[in-house]
Amino acid sequence: MTSAIVALFAREWRIARRIGGSGAMGVVFFLTLVVIVPFAVGPDPNLLARIGPAILWIAALLASLLAFDRLFQADAEDGSLDLLHMGETPLEVAVLVKCAAHWMATGLPLIFAAPFLGLMLQQERMALLGVVATLLVGTPALTLIGAIGAAATVTVRRGGLLMALLVLPLTIPVLIFGVSAAEAAAGGPVPFLSPFAILCAITLVAAALCPFAAAAALRHLGE
Amino acid sequence: MNALIITLAALTPVSRLWRGASAFSIDFPMTLTGAPPESPPASRQPADGPPILRLRVAGVCVARGGRRVLENVDFRLAGGGALVVTGRNGVGKSTLLRALAGLLPLAAGTIALEGGGADDDFTRLSHYLAHADGMKAALSVGENLDFWAAYLGRERDARSRPATEALAAVGLSHALHAPFGALSAGQKRRAALARLLVVWRPLWLLDEPLTALDRASREKIAQIMQAHCALGGLIVAATHESLGLDGVAELALGAPA
Repeated sequence: MTSAIVALFAREWRIARRIGGSGAMGVVFFLTLVVIVPFAVGPDPNLLARIGPAILWIAALLASLLAFDRLFQADAEDGSLDLLHMGETPLEVAVLVKCAAHWMATGLPLIFAAPFLGLMLQQERMALLGVVATLLVGTPALTLIGAIGAAATVTVRRGGLLMALLVLPLTIPVLIFGVSAAEAAAGGPVPFLSPFAILCAITLVAAALCPFAAAAALRHLGE
Repeated sequence: MNALIITLAALTPVSRLWRGASAFSIDFPMTLTGAPPESPPASRQPADGPPILRLRVAGVCVARGGRRVLENVDFRLAGGGALVVTGRNGVGKSTLLRALAGLLPLAAGTIALEGGGADDDFTRLSHYLAHADGMKAALSVGENLDFWAAYLGRERDARSRPATEALAAVGLSHALHAPFGALSAGQKRRAALARLLVVWRPLWLLDEPLTALDRASREKIAQIMQAHCALGGLIVAATHESLGLDGVAELALGAPA
């Protein structure tokens, strides 16, 4: 089973690299969102410094949402999904491996880009560190929750919008604790560790539950 | 008819006769034509090879979207045998194959593959070739095959073949490093068939395997299927065309609606 997991991860990673787009597109979308916010709220450095972590988190959430709809749909269209059912590896593990590869290809670039975009929003060094740390811990949860939406809409043509409607409400806890931990790192009344620990817990719970939910959806829709 | 079958059987290689007879029974609403003669029971167990597999399908009903698509499908197929599922469009041939692959829940009935090993899990013992090829356009043919070999392969079986050999068997040696997306429709189909060779799984479930194939390729595929049966494998194929195999049983689906 280990070789199957390694092979699946390598395949997903290779496809993401070769087709390209998804990672780089996410970063460009991230950049665009962060750049247009000051046009809307005004170029006040103090205001931007205060709402910067929230802007970065919302932009990262929307940017990671972009790539979810192809997570299982591409496999469903070319028939690979049926064959993934037929391997030795349980479908839940396959889902988890696909999520890991997807996060590496689309989530990590956002995290690398975040500090540079944070500089555009007047963020202090500690605030930048806080945003990077919370994104590093929180975006895997976004990917895992997104996998449920992607699995539930796998048979829906152009299901991207439906998936966003399904996934966004489920990401609210991640957003709340991600932003509060990032703001706490910048210096706030709350100690950094308490929201950060809850954010870690959310990611762990998502890793434990979401593969089952997504695999159940894929099994049911495969029928 | 019987005389014709016996003549055909006499022409097939002896080894195939010994190992490859298919026991076959059928209930309403199926009709049965052209079942090969049963070989004597003693010959079923070759002394050297693994035990003969038996696929038993009894009273299988499948519902899709609340409607019964398949009703009481019964057949038996022994190792070395091939079965062609025929019937008009929409009669449930693909549904039957998906159910045999374990991808659809059965509303009633049982499917069992006996003699396949400790767990007899027919999903892990079968290859399913659907209309879609299950290959990634962005990867090369070799990468696709290597991935499925690693993902579908339980432990390495001596009958599994490396990707280069599998591609040579379907006449695509030159396409090992070509992106799958760059192949023509018939070449894609042949590359998808090569997937069945890189991991040994005894039961092949083929949905229109000969789509888009030219005459030479069809002959190659027929040889591959013949070799698979000779190794004790089973083939269930849904097709409107002749597979080019000898001694193929036929399951005609579809009572008048």
